[in-house]
Amino acid sequence: MLRPRIIPSLLIHQGGLVKTVEFKAPKYVGDPINAVKIFNEKEADELIVIDIDATVKGVEPNYKVIADLAAECRMPLCYGGGVKTSEQAKKIIGLGVEKIAISSAAIENPNLIADIAEQVGKQSVVVVLDVRKKKGLFSKGYELCTHNASIQIKNYGLLEFARLAEKLGAGELVLNSVDRDGSMNGYDLHLAKQIRSAVSIPLTMLGGAGSLEHLSELIKCCGVIGVAAGSLFVFKGKYKAVLINYPSLGNKTELMESLPSS
Amino acid sequence: LITIVDYGLGNIGAFVNVYKRMNIPTIVARDVDSLKDATHIILPGVGSFDHAMELLNSSGMREALDNLVKSGGVSILGICVGMQILATSSEEGVTSGLGWVEGSVKDFSTHSQYSSLPLPHMGWNDVIPVSYSPLFKGLEKDAQFYFLHSYYFYSDSPVIAAEANYGFNFVCAVNSGNVYGVQFHPEKSHHWGALILKNFAEI
Repeated sequence: MLRPRIIPSLLIHQGGLVKTVEFKAPKYVGDPINAVKIFNEKEADELIVIDIDATVKGVEPNYKVIADLAAECRMPLCYGGGVKTSEQAKKIIGLGVEKIAISSAAIENPNLIADIAEQVGKQSVVVVLDVRKKKGLFSKGYELCTHNASIQIKNYGLLEFARLAEKLGAGELVLNSVDRDGSMNGYDLHLAKQIRSAVSIPLTMLGGAGSLEHLSELIKCCGVIGVAAGSLFVFKGKYKAVLINYPSLGNKTELMESLPSS
Repeated sequence: LITIVDYGLGNIGAFVNVYKRMNIPTIVARDVDSLKDATHIILPGVGSFDHAMELLNSSGMREALDNLVKSGGVSILGICVGMQILATSSEEGVTSGLGWVEGSVKDFSTHSQYSSLPLPHMGWNDVIPVSYSPLFKGLEKDAQFYFLHSYYFYSDSPVIAAEANYGFNFVCAVNSGNVYGVQFHPEKSHHWGALILKNFAEI
């Protein structure tokens, strides 16, 4: 049977691998290529690599770095950061990347989703939605944001945009919780449930995982789902020592037992 | 010589890298000349059926591949959409397939037993061999492979080598004479996938 996908999410900042808290305070945790090599050995299900500088600085994706990562990576790879056109997406797929993640460019111009799907196939189009809880006394629900959570999106509601992305040809949604980022306090299960029932394409949750227990909670809540994490797979222990790690095949089989019986 | 056909689709580098780690030489073919030493041909593919067929038809290699396959002098392995185009047609498009394997490609979402599972079928799934195929020689029982597709190969002839389950059992590997196909991505399926590619090289 199809398994939940357990996905390390790696952030690239100034050429190094970093981990953030609430999208801020990037802490250097190592070399990206070295991390990929370790995840190869650990036979990770998939990798997400996001260049968190490209969009904010308005620069082209770094094709040299992407090509090096793709050549090293022995599992499916999703790249995001600075992708604004279908030509860029096509070029990146040509470098040996399986999936292209787009976020701010898709929110600014939703038809980009359709354009990229047309060029590379919808199975390779991942729309990443950075989401945070609305602030303010009388606000409830979630809002979309972009540019490392520095810009708040007002013209689309979360569910509205998730459905639009699906309709335009997204093959997968990644929900990235700003509030939970780096917290290691568990996934926002309420958010996961809302999105899971809103769309029928594969869904991946990112933000908040701090233990295998948290992965298990998400699987119990949503069934076969993408279970992504940053801190969990780069830190170890309560002092957050940098140590790349990943569940063993045995751990993963145990996690399967969290699947709700259909 | 393992020859990987580059007609503009699929992760060519990933195949080259897997074989390189096993010290098995490969070449990448972009024209007819580079097909001449082929003993084993890998036909990758991602994206849509029609797009794959259009690119292959305009690659200049289509006729040579047809001849090589029909002469029986080579073994060929189609991967993902590269497997689907081995069939005669697809519900995804209107272009004719290669027709090297009896079957057609169908849409998951219109199958009677499809129960609104998310599409594409994305992730790691079990592969259940249903008839002997040299591709699966020595494979562990708990082997898993990475899938990423919304259409599946359908055949009622004895070409079915393995099935996988996503709402219902569908064909995920075929074998007809010297033609092989797998729906999953062996090049991205860790040591299990590497074994399939090694087995293919040894046919």
